[in-house]
Amino acid sequence: MPNVAIETHEISKSYKLGLAYGYGTLRDSLVGGLKRTGKRMVGRGGRKQHDSLWALRGVTFEIESGETVGLIGHNGAGKSTILKVLSRIIEPTEGWAEVTGRVGSLLEVGTGFHPELTGRENIFLNGAILGMRRAEIRARFDEIVEFADMGRFLDTPVKRYSSGMSVRLAFAVAAHLEPEILLVDEVLAVGDAAFQRKSLAKMSEVASAGSTVIFVSHNLATIQALCQRGIMLERGQVVADGPVGESVNHYLRVLERSASDDLLERIDRDGRGQEVTRISRVALYDDESGLADVVVGGRPARIVVEFTEQLPMMECELTILNSLGHPITTLDSSLSSPADRRQPELSNQIECMLGGLPLVPGRYRIDVVLRARQEVQDGLQAAAYFDVEPGLVDGRPMPETGGDGDVVLPHLWRLPPF
Amino acid sequence: MPPTETIPPDQAAERALAPPPRTIRLEPTHGFSRVLSPSELWRYRDLALQLVVRDITLRYRQTALGAAWAILQPVAFMAIFSIFFARIAGDSTEGVPYALFALAGIVPWIYFSNALLQAAESLVINTQLVAKIYFPRIFMPLGVVGAGGIDFLVGLVILLAIVLIYGIVPSAAILILPVVILVTMMLALGAGAALAAINVRYRDVRYAVPFTIQAWFFITPIVYGSSVLSEPWRTIAAINPMVGVVEAFRWAVLDTPHPSWAILGISFGSAMVIVFAGLAYFDRVERSFADVI
Ligand SMILES: Nc1ncnc2c1ncn2[C@@H]1O[C@H](COP(=O)(O)OP(=O)(O)OP(=O)(O)O)[C@@H](O)[C@H]1O
Ligand SMILES: [Mg+2]
Repeated sequence: MPNVAIETHEISKSYKLGLAYGYGTLRDSLVGGLKRTGKRMVGRGGRKQHDSLWALRGVTFEIESGETVGLIGHNGAGKSTILKVLSRIIEPTEGWAEVTGRVGSLLEVGTGFHPELTGRENIFLNGAILGMRRAEIRARFDEIVEFADMGRFLDTPVKRYSSGMSVRLAFAVAAHLEPEILLVDEVLAVGDAAFQRKSLAKMSEVASAGSTVIFVSHNLATIQALCQRGIMLERGQVVADGPVGESVNHYLRVLERSASDDLLERIDRDGRGQEVTRISRVALYDDESGLADVVVGGRPARIVVEFTEQLPMMECELTILNSLGHPITTLDSSLSSPADRRQPELSNQIECMLGGLPLVPGRYRIDVVLRARQEVQDGLQAAAYFDVEPGLVDGRPMPETGGDGDVVLPHLWRLPPF
Repeated sequence: MPPTETIPPDQAAERALAPPPRTIRLEPTHGFSRVLSPSELWRYRDLALQLVVRDITLRYRQTALGAAWAILQPVAFMAIFSIFFARIAGDSTEGVPYALFALAGIVPWIYFSNALLQAAESLVINTQLVAKIYFPRIFMPLGVVGAGGIDFLVGLVILLAIVLIYGIVPSAAILILPVVILVTMMLALGAGAALAAINVRYRDVRYAVPFTIQAWFFITPIVYGSSVLSEPWRTIAAINPMVGVVEAFRWAVLDTPHPSWAILGISFGSAMVIVFAGLAYFDRVERSFADVI
């Protein structure tokens, strides 16, 4: 019986930006208001209201109960916003949605916990918010505690939890209180790898028990493993909706196109420090040929990241992904080796030297995150693409495309004589 | 992907028996849609109760003195006021011993000022909840206003005990006490909700609240009696609804002379105006809390 769990119709959401709105001070507002009134009386400025930003524009889709849907899209595409609308946190500016069933959610903002209450008390409070009776919550209680691996912290106020632990508990609560609809934003990335695996397993369990799941992630591999259907958002609009493989391919094509744009112009960025420093160029060089973005497999190569402003204590994290968007490896300068160097002559530039590039022929993508003072300053997905041509690893030819896996490890054999 | 499990049969049966899930329509709302929607409030009644319980738990956990605080605060004020203000009050105390007279004003005032202060902070303090989960937001100020009721009751018991010790027997007027208490709580809710809503948008308001409460304290007849003012000022002062509250409170427990109907009427009317205006404002801006919080 395919009944509809979520239906949205032409949903738009605008956020008001600027001084006259939210999180300002009353003083600013009064002063701003007077100025506007003054201008209006003088006849200038007119009735121009605050600037607004359309985070969603005419989003329409229908999700049947029991479907698992992956939401993909660039930073700022509106993925989190649509989840917030569906969980009733924010109101759409236009359009409507109909949601049938109890919603459990794990959004990027807010854990749903009261910091002064203990984990135990918060579990009950959250249950009540989901509309469950105490007895129902008690029946799931042990499972939640075990899943979140709370141990001795159960009776400690939540404000003393690490961020990973809060997310674990928040997910455990959302997933175990038998939601008919489960909305999960990227926050899972905060947990460690073991927990991520466990929660993905839990999500597919929830899905196979007949619940509807909407999952946001930048990890296309997990999206494809978990979801049947993929919806891609771009600048607040649905640009692809269909079997997950097709939507992911569409996303990959769009990503690739944007890599050839001027990086400084891109708006799909992560991080807070973008007014201070921005990634301006990313490229991979073949050390022997000196060519950019085409390397022969097995040869030494370097990835160069250029940015606009140098800050103290800069670190860089590079993720290399294959053509399907599966991450292959992450290189993080904050995990330092004694052989790393801080070089005064490097200005506005970070280099990552790769001894011999152990990748099979194919097309690869680089995602970049720049940090300074432990905070993400700027981040870009698909900052660059490069092609690997067939080559030799330690003098050994590498398998041509079509082999399993993307990596060739340097290795030696010991075989019986001919 | 790890293998998926199937649901245990008992759980499946439980689901099959459950009533069909309710469909909620989410769309832009206009006007007074939420606070004043009784069905919505009723649907979330369990949660309202939980929040009150939560606020009570927190209050008694976070203060070292716990419940003793609810006793200590009014008694300490009573002692201080008796020493410093008895003279100022002069014979405006209607012949009631000053300590008692002051305490009968202190008990409702402490409740009111604490509830107002906490209600004003209730939304910004609970950002984690407001940003994550839907529920009628009015429950945040409602929770603290309700939870403070426990302290109020404790204060009331102390007050009545001391009244009896002094050998005063309240008249039948004591029967209006529940009404006075209700009006006080509603007033705290209305004014607190409005302040909470403003606080979400304008964070500098939180500095203005303690000041406002202090000023409010001095224009309310707590350390002095209303009769220090001569008419018509005495009646005009009743625009401050706490005037009527405190006077009615004294009338109920101390058997002081019946305050004029004009004073009671004006205070009650202005309390209702504040309550409705406060709730209406809260309701109007509630829908955008999560946008800006
Ligand atoms: N409270 C807010 N006030 C103003 N603008 C906002 C607010 N929340 C989000 N936005 C803006 O709305 C747009 C969509 O944001 P949203 O968080 O939905 O993107 P996203 O797809 O989740 O991105 P990401 O992948 O980075 O999480 C962004 O441009 C963002 O800056
Ligand atoms: Mg997001």
